[in-house]
Amino acid sequence: MKRSLRPLAATAVIFLIAYAISVMQFPGMLSTRVLGNFLTDNAFLGIAAVGMTFVIISGGIDLSVGAVIGFTGVLVAVLISWLGFHPLFAFVIALGVAGLFGAAMGLTIHYLQVPSFIVTLAGMFLARGGAAVITQDSVPINHEFYRTISDLIIRLPGGGRLSFIGLLMVAVFLIGAVIAHRTRFGSYVYALGGNPVSAELMGVPVARTTVQIYMLSSMLAALSGIVFSLYTSAGYPLAAVGVELDAISAVVIGGTLLTGGYGFVLGTFIGVMLLGLVQTYIIFDGTLSSWWTKIVIGALLFLFIVLQRIIFAASAPGEESPEKV
Amino acid sequence: MKRLPLEKLANPQLLALLAVLLVNWLLFPNFFRITWQDGRFFGSLIDVINRGAPVAILAVGMTGVIATKGVDLSVGAIMAVCGAVAATMVVAGYPTPVAVLAALAVGLACGLWNGFLVAVLDIQPIIATLVLMVAGRGIAQLITEGSIVTFNDPALIFIGTGSFAGLPMAAVIAFTLMVLVTLLVRRTAIGLFIQAIGVNRAAASLAGIHSRMLLMLVYALSGLCAAIAGVIVAADIRGADANNSGLWLELDAILAVVIGGTSLLGGKFSVPLAVVGALIIQAMNTGILVSGFPPEFNLIVKAGMIILILMLQSPLVGNLLGFFKRDPKPANPK
Repeated sequence: MKRSLRPLAATAVIFLIAYAISVMQFPGMLSTRVLGNFLTDNAFLGIAAVGMTFVIISGGIDLSVGAVIGFTGVLVAVLISWLGFHPLFAFVIALGVAGLFGAAMGLTIHYLQVPSFIVTLAGMFLARGGAAVITQDSVPINHEFYRTISDLIIRLPGGGRLSFIGLLMVAVFLIGAVIAHRTRFGSYVYALGGNPVSAELMGVPVARTTVQIYMLSSMLAALSGIVFSLYTSAGYPLAAVGVELDAISAVVIGGTLLTGGYGFVLGTFIGVMLLGLVQTYIIFDGTLSSWWTKIVIGALLFLFIVLQRIIFAASAPGEESPEKV
Repeated sequence: MKRLPLEKLANPQLLALLAVLLVNWLLFPNFFRITWQDGRFFGSLIDVINRGAPVAILAVGMTGVIATKGVDLSVGAIMAVCGAVAATMVVAGYPTPVAVLAALAVGLACGLWNGFLVAVLDIQPIIATLVLMVAGRGIAQLITEGSIVTFNDPALIFIGTGSFAGLPMAAVIAFTLMVLVTLLVRRTAIGLFIQAIGVNRAAASLAGIHSRMLLMLVYALSGLCAAIAGVIVAADIRGADANNSGLWLELDAILAVVIGGTSLLGGKFSVPLAVVGALIIQAMNTGILVSGFPPEFNLIVKAGMIILILMLQSPLVGNLLGFFKRDPKPANPK
């Protein structure tokens, strides 16, 4: 097996072992119902995590994801419920706004040469504050279109159901994987994360790629906000607080290297599923309190960071110490 | 080289603080009125330094971390953990000093853990501290068993709401801490070493600086500061709230440090100006509340401030304004 695939394999093996242990304890977890809900319940997180994967592979970080999800939810809800727009039109507007927002962050990061985390931190404040300025209450969405979407399900044998948003997440992951590994933009992203200086010398259009990466992340966060509004049928300015942390955790657990230049979109999928598994296990157990979720996710995060260090220390002895922030 | 940027930067932050206070005064003419009542001062200005104290304390620790080109995202979660430790121990009947010392020890341990990940395992600081940021609130809830632990211990409450020489205890602690840490980094060579690590860790190590030990030290200090802030916040509300204590304060602390002129690229820092930064943030908070805007409006103002500071610090704008370089500061930061 290729050495570079090891972190991905490690994640997959850990997921399978964890799932096997869960199934041994609770046979009910091996059902299409649970697996279908895995996809539905984590759809918004998964979609946001795809964008985060690109950002992290490029050596950056995007802290504004959760706030963009919240902002999009509010924007879509207000456009539909207060202004009477058709949901599809509202979705297009939301994606456009997010695209501009991401482009602005990308331009700032590139031209002002500042660490991405502080720029996206400002973006997080801006999006969260913007959402709260539009409204401070939860805005319900009652639209025919929303009901149609939630009725779009594929029933599986064994009582499971694949929802539209669950399938949408899977589709985003597949498209994301193709973009990352089979397009020129994808190789630019990897080149930028590996070493921005050599990437530029080799003719990678650094400015354009940086802007595109953050546009992609913000637009996927907006799509995730739309999915979240489909999931909850409402828009709330404080929705999805801290989702950026879950997304980063999923990306790291999925084997993407935080210093950039290395990672897999499909690894992130396993990372999201592993986070979902932790939550489902805790619900099944019933005696464990919800705070164990956070502790376990923290522990998994630690485990995978150390694992990456060990694997990469062994495979790349000449690697410089990661001083990037 | 060490002193020069400090002298230059001393003015914009203080001017900005003054400007924010003046705006508050225009909105609210009684802003500067301070009255003496029940053996302590009262007034909006006192309120600003009292409410600003937790972020100021975090900013003291965060300054050292950012000066080494790192960042500590876990301080909010450490606050929750330490508040929970102090509250549960006091409720369990331990004497107050023991409970407070235990909380500080836990904070120190959390800081050492971050330092271990950054210095020994060579993990990027933002990710290394993310581990504790995610897990910390879970640990805090584990300690409080999911509830808000309230207490009535007068000695502990004094730390949060008491007064010393008429000034709020929290502000006195923050000021003392600021003075001690400033003396530590400016009267010894430690500050110089920290700057050296921030500029180039490899070169600093080759020059004989124990960069691992110093990194452990700055993260341990950050953890300790977070513990102090956590105890103060818990004592202030007479309870430990694992979910909300210190929530998003790490971001405020980073902002305070950046406002204070510490470079995110390492190598340049000032502890007192970071505290001034924390006061600027708090003065804006108070101003927005006083003028009747929704508190969420704050976030937009903060975002605007970050963007403005980034513009002023960036090399691009520096080149564009190279023309005005003779001016102390071409654009006023407020």
